[in-house]
Amino acid sequence: MVDFVHPNRSNLETENRRYRFQKAEREDSEGQGVLEISMGPQHPSTHGVFRMDVALDGETVVRLKPVFGYLHRNHEKIAEKTTYLSSMPYTDRLDYFCSMTNNWAYALAVEKLAGLTVPERAEYLRVILGELTRLQNHACLMGFLLQDLGAMGTPLMYAFREREKILDLFESLSGSRMMCNYMRFGGCRVDLPAGWLDQVRQVTGGFGPFLDEFEQLLTTNEILMARLQGVGVLPRELAIHASITGPVLRASGVNYDIRKVDHYGIYDRFEFRVPLGDHGDCYDRFMMRLLEMRESLRILEAAMRDLPEGPILDPKVKIRNFKPKPGEAYGRIEAPKGELGFYLISDGSANPYRYRIRPPSLINLTVLEDLCLGHKLADVVIILGSIDIVLGEVDR
Amino acid sequence: METLEQIKTRAEAAVPGAKLAVVANGSAGNPDSLRVDSASAVAVARFLRDDSRLRLDYASNVTGVDWLEKRVSEVVLVKKVVDEVEQEFEQTVERVEPGYMEVVYHLYSMELQQGPVVLRLRTGNRTDDVRVPSLTPVYRGAELQEREVYDLYGIVFEGHPDLRRLLMWPEFLDHPMRRDYVEPDDYEYEPTPHGEVLTKAKGHFPR
Repeated sequence: MVDFVHPNRSNLETENRRYRFQKAEREDSEGQGVLEISMGPQHPSTHGVFRMDVALDGETVVRLKPVFGYLHRNHEKIAEKTTYLSSMPYTDRLDYFCSMTNNWAYALAVEKLAGLTVPERAEYLRVILGELTRLQNHACLMGFLLQDLGAMGTPLMYAFREREKILDLFESLSGSRMMCNYMRFGGCRVDLPAGWLDQVRQVTGGFGPFLDEFEQLLTTNEILMARLQGVGVLPRELAIHASITGPVLRASGVNYDIRKVDHYGIYDRFEFRVPLGDHGDCYDRFMMRLLEMRESLRILEAAMRDLPEGPILDPKVKIRNFKPKPGEAYGRIEAPKGELGFYLISDGSANPYRYRIRPPSLINLTVLEDLCLGHKLADVVIILGSIDIVLGEVDR
Repeated sequence: METLEQIKTRAEAAVPGAKLAVVANGSAGNPDSLRVDSASAVAVARFLRDDSRLRLDYASNVTGVDWLEKRVSEVVLVKKVVDEVEQEFEQTVERVEPGYMEVVYHLYSMELQQGPVVLRLRTGNRTDDVRVPSLTPVYRGAELQEREVYDLYGIVFEGHPDLRRLLMWPEFLDHPMRRDYVEPDDYEYEPTPHGEVLTKAKGHFPR
């Protein structure tokens, strides 16, 4: 073992490498040389602070253990120490790409717990904002995935350009681009500013052509197909067994969209299709997002057409001194990343006795090792990218 | 879908020796839950998953709940002989309900698109009898969530393939989601065994 190196020596590279190998190499139980790599937590492909302990045989992954907790702040404990409403802005920070759907899931759970009703107009507003969130999340995911593939910058910037337009809409409505804190128990916080719907129509009108362009450039791209097809195949049975939800589940061919199953809000009034994949590989997961965005555009169009006038907050809802009766409720929605659920137990006081978030990002990572085994290290990055995680939600 | 009573009867018939109880939910319009005894929990979960009428193949949410011991004061009537005449007096009696922890599973069916059935497991107490069987062999989706419950509540899942802390670091001693958890004064240096910090931390970790 070399304790120190001499920088001017001509064999610096080999000495250095030998030193690293001696530290990392270990004999497997079968006597096979395996290289252990700690990937992350500060690695651009991990989309945040996430670490994987990877064991490699040559370039092939033979073991992969995800390590969590770098962004853990015990959100659930904090929420149990404050009132119901004070957790609402904190839910924005879970999946910071989709604060609107986080708000919605929490509001839905509390509404179930306290038996509140939501006015018609607020339901429509929620659908519009939820689908806008899905558009920008999926667009960004495709950009990030291309970035992981090595298409540095350009696709991501195109996606971010569209996302920025949607975030501008969120800002003019709620005052904040990402931390919207927009929904309330029994409705929404503020009504639309003047001309907002026209702005949305402008953005969604331009979104279709953007998708066409993206699709034309990417979906039949030879490199993209070679890198994504047949990589990280998730079989249908495993997907169900491991509680995978969202586009990742549907890419494996399971027809389970909570918008269709639960009809939460007013989703039974809209006509949209649920895209399903055949192979469950990274390419199918990529395509799921693309197809879902087209369906979201249809929902948006119908929701904006039918948006009624009226109140946005149920006047009977108590904002101050809000104390639901003792009991429990589980509310769940189809967030862009999968099933986002909130499980609440009330003991009749102003704080929730138990406040639990069912994070789709974390649970979708259950199968990460199964997807990566036998693939190259470079594919791990793509597989992780195609699952779509946000560490604010994984670690909470 | 069948009612919980029907599911209970059928599960008890299918799994010999299973003790199930329907737990009422105080919140109107929300489903009641089914409490299962630890010994037959895995078999009952397997029945719920494989039964053709239920097919609850999807464990959506797994979580722990900590119930502290409760002091309940009750007013009882006591008969006493005062001046050779038997009279009834009201007397307040304090009773201690022991604390326990719960693991709650929300089960849905992806195949039949129905649910939820809420399953509850209970530990014996909050200190030394905190073992429950793991449902990970039946539902792999519970793997990371049971690890999280183990980490934050200290409930030990027997039969879990890889029971390690999920979110806190391995040297961490306590379980932060418990209701009686006390934050260390100097949590940045909490696991470091030196000087004043250690003495302070000892006050928090008597075990």
